[in-house]
Amino acid sequence: MKNDQTITVIDTSPPRRLRLPVAGMVGAGIIGFWILIAIIGPYIAPHEVGALVDDDLFGHMRWSLPLGSDYLGRDVLSRILVGARYSIGAAGAATFLAILMGGTLGMLAAVSRGAIDMALSRFFDALISIPSKMSALVVIAALGSSIPVLISTAAVIYTPGAFRIWRALAVNVNELDFVEVARARGEGTHYLIREEILPNIAGPVLTDFGLRFVFAVLLLSSLSFLGLGVQPPNADWGSLVRENIDGLAGGAPAVVMPAAAIATLTIGVSLLIDNLPGRWSSTGEH
Amino acid sequence: MNTAVVRLIAGRIVIAILTLLFVSLAVFVGTEILPGDVAQAVLGQNATPEAVAGLRHALHLDQPAYIRYFLWLGSLLSGDPGRSLVNGLPVATLIASRLPNSLMLAFVTAVICVPIALMLGILSAVWRGSRFDRAVSFVTMSIISVPEFMIATLLVIVFAVNLRWFPALSYAAGKVSLDQFFRLFALPVLTLTCVMIAQMMRMTRAAVIDTLRSSYVEMAVLKGASPIRVVLTHALPNAIGPIANIVALNLSFLLGGAIIVEVIFNYPGLARLLVDAVSTRDMPLVQACVMIFCATYLFLVMLADISGILSNPRLRHR
Repeated sequence: MKNDQTITVIDTSPPRRLRLPVAGMVGAGIIGFWILIAIIGPYIAPHEVGALVDDDLFGHMRWSLPLGSDYLGRDVLSRILVGARYSIGAAGAATFLAILMGGTLGMLAAVSRGAIDMALSRFFDALISIPSKMSALVVIAALGSSIPVLISTAAVIYTPGAFRIWRALAVNVNELDFVEVARARGEGTHYLIREEILPNIAGPVLTDFGLRFVFAVLLLSSLSFLGLGVQPPNADWGSLVRENIDGLAGGAPAVVMPAAAIATLTIGVSLLIDNLPGRWSSTGEH
Repeated sequence: MNTAVVRLIAGRIVIAILTLLFVSLAVFVGTEILPGDVAQAVLGQNATPEAVAGLRHALHLDQPAYIRYFLWLGSLLSGDPGRSLVNGLPVATLIASRLPNSLMLAFVTAVICVPIALMLGILSAVWRGSRFDRAVSFVTMSIISVPEFMIATLLVIVFAVNLRWFPALSYAAGKVSLDQFFRLFALPVLTLTCVMIAQMMRMTRAAVIDTLRSSYVEMAVLKGASPIRVVLTHALPNAIGPIANIVALNLSFLLGGAIIVEVIFNYPGLARLLVDAVSTRDMPLVQACVMIFCATYLFLVMLADISGILSNPRLRHR
């Protein structure tokens, strides 16, 4: 049957090769490493997170404590390994929720056009005009900072941005003939979104996911750094920097290493999405 | 100036005011969903029911939410947003003592950043693809990708711990000499400068490259104008609009950065007042600070849009 040649994707990228530039490979490697750590971190941590293992405070790096000890003499390596799931997990969950809400509404707006599109666009335009750290501070002032509150706050903050991108992408596809054909066939909104729009914008929206994930990691770790994020006894990487900030004057590894962990994660994601073939999408702040 | 431009700008200002109203509503709703009774919280567990009822009346807590919103908005506009729940001082006094410090920080940062960022951005655009461009791009990408507190931490380690040029903490009480003043100011400004330059430079580069790709620049190159002449007299005048837009937009990013910088360097500015208010749940103070930040942000974004409108020759000469 020759019918397999269905109307295919408007693929703007050059012929599909999974060959990334070296920088992209490095980025992908870093991301893979941290995701693995987020999953297995607590099982490979050499010490209990709360255990006092060093008599020195802000101990230097040595064989028994590869990343030194923190302000109470706890093992920094173990705390980073366990903290990975808060930093990566919370930001990942928030990004996923933001894309789920923003993306769905964005495609809905693009497909239904007219009044629904207008109303949703106006609403999200107004929402996006509140700086992200301000909305986070207001919600935390009102509801406190438990992990569910942090995740949903970050999710709501990044929803308008996701809405904009997904709507813009979906509007482009929505103009194309095969969507008109499907609409003329009498297909419903749900079918149009699932079968016609979604498969054709999958590439750029993956890039968007990466970008938004970086924003979420930065926002959540900054909140933790301010003492308004993940609360003790749990600690993400931002909290680790905060609690060891007194070691800064001595250049202690306890304050440098968690910060370096955040930096490698976010730079890794940026490297990957900057080097994806075809420069799929680009966005600014939010 | 013609009527079309005036109408566009007026429309933009109206949108900014409407958005600010929406933001005030969002802030009010956000802070009013607080579980528990403020009056009870202020007076403590041992307060008599009469006292609680009296305070509830004084704070208008016995009125429906929409009336309280308008009362709150009115008091905010009249410059008296109430008293702090924590120490009882007027919010206006607290803010007045901190606002000049924040403005000073923002002003000094902007004065340093803008020229450097624009120059770097234009140079990388002109030499795009060169080793210089790639190096600058990688460095700025890294700076944008890491949290602000990480930059601050690195700078403290380099300049305060290793080189011992500046003190790690920024604020000294009482009078400081001019020399001291600069040393205290240096690290907060340097941190903000790094972040701002990185963002502004990337956007400037993109805007200038956009202009350099246009056909009139190609024409200028073809007729044999020198590269310097092409950039200075043909490309740049046309990129001024987007660049003004970028500068205004980036000054609004300064607000977010200031929060981290003021906390890490213990700088007595408005942002640290806000963070302290959030951790003590001092709602009147949170509301007032957030509204100041949002209003400034909206104002700068509006300025960015207006400079975009004004610099568009198709709109200007119609």
